[in-house]
Amino acid sequence: MAWAGKLLRVNLTDGTCKAEPINMDWAGEYLGQRGLATKYLMEEIDPKVDPLAPENKMIMATGPLTGTNASTAGRYSVITKGELTGAIACSNSGGFFGNEMKNAGWDMIIFEGKSPKPVYLLLLDDEAELVDASDFWGKSCWDTEEGIKAKHGDKFIRVASIGEAGEIGVKYACIVNDMDRAAGRSGVGTVMGSKNLKAVAIRGTCGVRVNDPEAFAKAVAAGKEVLAGNPVTNAGLPTYGTQVLLNVINEVGALPTRNHKEVQFEGAADISGEAMHEPRKSDGKPNLVSNAACFACTIACQRVSTIDRTHYTVKERPEYHKASGGLEYEAAWSLGAATGVNDLDALTFANFLCNEHGIDPITFGATLAAAMEMYEDGVLDEATTGMPLKFGSAEALTTMVEKTCKGEGFGVELGLGSRRLCEKYGRPELSMGVKSQEFPAYDGRGIQGIGLAYATSNRGACHLRGYTIASEVLGIPEKTDPLATEGKAGLVKAFQDATAAFDSAGICIFSSFAWTLEDVAPQIDAGCGGGWTAERLLEVGERIWNMERQFNLAAGFTGKDDNLPQRLLKDAAKTGPAKGKVSGLDEMLPEYYQLRGWDADGVPTSETLERFGL
Amino acid sequence: MQQILQINPDDCTGCYQCVLACSNEHGEAFNPMKSRIQVFRFEDEGRYVPYTCTQCDEAWCQKSCPTNAISLDANGAKVVADALCVGCKVCTIACPFGTINYNADTGKVIKCDLCGGDPACVKACPTKAITFVNANTTGFDKMREWAAKTDAGSQKSA
Repeated sequence: MAWAGKLLRVNLTDGTCKAEPINMDWAGEYLGQRGLATKYLMEEIDPKVDPLAPENKMIMATGPLTGTNASTAGRYSVITKGELTGAIACSNSGGFFGNEMKNAGWDMIIFEGKSPKPVYLLLLDDEAELVDASDFWGKSCWDTEEGIKAKHGDKFIRVASIGEAGEIGVKYACIVNDMDRAAGRSGVGTVMGSKNLKAVAIRGTCGVRVNDPEAFAKAVAAGKEVLAGNPVTNAGLPTYGTQVLLNVINEVGALPTRNHKEVQFEGAADISGEAMHEPRKSDGKPNLVSNAACFACTIACQRVSTIDRTHYTVKERPEYHKASGGLEYEAAWSLGAATGVNDLDALTFANFLCNEHGIDPITFGATLAAAMEMYEDGVLDEATTGMPLKFGSAEALTTMVEKTCKGEGFGVELGLGSRRLCEKYGRPELSMGVKSQEFPAYDGRGIQGIGLAYATSNRGACHLRGYTIASEVLGIPEKTDPLATEGKAGLVKAFQDATAAFDSAGICIFSSFAWTLEDVAPQIDAGCGGGWTAERLLEVGERIWNMERQFNLAAGFTGKDDNLPQRLLKDAAKTGPAKGKVSGLDEMLPEYYQLRGWDADGVPTSETLERFGL
Repeated sequence: MQQILQINPDDCTGCYQCVLACSNEHGEAFNPMKSRIQVFRFEDEGRYVPYTCTQCDEAWCQKSCPTNAISLDANGAKVVADALCVGCKVCTIACPFGTINYNADTGKVIKCDLCGGDPACVKACPTKAITFVNANTTGFDKMREWAAKTDAGSQKSA
């Protein structure tokens, strides 16, 4: 079977590591990764727990396909109660860490308690050991990863670590693996830091096996053929990465600009995927060096870039002259359009620093944007911020990203995230997010369905919980009108349920630009055995969605939290195709609850819970 | 006609599909550590380079083997006969490229055997960075590119 069949339980308080068999009954109902780990979390913690208390647990989990040659099958997720949101957190990452965990023979690792001193987990196949991390505490993710490899004399060790940000409690610290891949959102790195766990270092040599190798080879080959025949996955993503979207979303009139005051950015072309291909004046080379793949991925959307060596940010800092990961669309938007900055090299520098020190660029950029609005409104003055925080200032962006990562000056306050920052200065309405998590790069006025997806996302505002952009903008699987609210409740639900299944399989959600569950099911069925169909996967997805909802309700959230900021509900878009439109959330939400089998307050009915065995 | 693997790093994305196909084809499930082809990711340059045995004509591994376990097969591959290999690892020292390696699980050495003339890595590569081509004409595509450039240059100067 494609599952390894066992999990590692690491008790950081006692310093013990124990192997346990995976509960295969649960695997049959929740598949793996996001679903299965959330089930374990539900069973093992009180959802009311303080996210930073030792009683919170953090699970690193792979899916059954992780580590196989199914396209994109290198994913893992970090599941915990998130520090940024207080909601269920599940942050997914690519690179080569997830497959290494699987190849070492583990489906998941459950971290519990809190270590009395900084440690890292060293996992070499069956041998697990907590190692003193005092040499690495206070170091960046980059230095930690390189340091651990050097210390053990093994370049093949894969490392996931937190940087200084996770140690000092930046609310949106992430966990970075393979230098520039991250379990990025909701503050999962903050939780890891609270446990005094600096890093997880893995080397696997066991091999990943599947139930029916012959059928698996056939199903995987068919899946790859679908990806190779689809224009998004065979051309758009490899050529421009997710950055293919920047100009497109700007045209649609849904590129949130200057803290969502506007929906189109006049500097969009300067920070787009196309701009990354343009030769620059100084050396005639483009910002983009190459596109790269995560483990087993036949799409290869990752951007690998360099900063112009004559740019003010790196002129005196040759350590940033090498190539590294970025910009992807989300970071280009949050560091650029959200703050009004159109300097591609400044954005690339800021993105590198987010990766190096371990913070989520989406929440950082959005928080800086909120601070910039408060600065321009006179709520924040220069005595507080230490420098002018005007929209469009590249200097403000590149200075503040460093201060935030390292916890210096006003960076400490930016490290709170926008909800806490805006509340502190009496302007809570300026925080652009849901459940304390900032919006990603699409505006809910210009694209109505994504507004509902944000409002109802179980981990706070997120595009990756129900990517209706696929339908509303790209026409996948079929085109819907982005400005219409009709039919969007069903669209959002369908995307949310399918996504939960994709995430739980161990594959990348980007495969769903070309794949439906009909393409995924044969791969899981051959890999796992036991009769996996598209219908069953969809049911698993809906079960997971309801379980996550139950976690949040038990944590204290209510239907009132399925909301959007007043700016999206009251202030109409000023330009573009959505000019004059606000989000029609109130037209969509009741129908969504109904389709979900939830009551008018957003609580799953007993029939719904029974249907999914919850 | 002898065919060999031709690797073009310019087209490699570092996805490991070749690596996974190789270990799987050789009965080691999906296990990069047991693959005869490896991909090296030079992250600081954004370069990804697959590397494997080039099937030397006069092969150091073959010459150094004390039990004559390495022989030339019909497809031009140097192949290891497990029945004869005693796991002495002398070939791993003799090979200048590091492309023959010891497998501690079996006590034998492993190297690229061209999969009996139908290499799995070639079929798995999504970008055609690895191709299986006529050994006698591996440079012809590059010559063609340069011929075009040279011709363009000479036309301008004419």
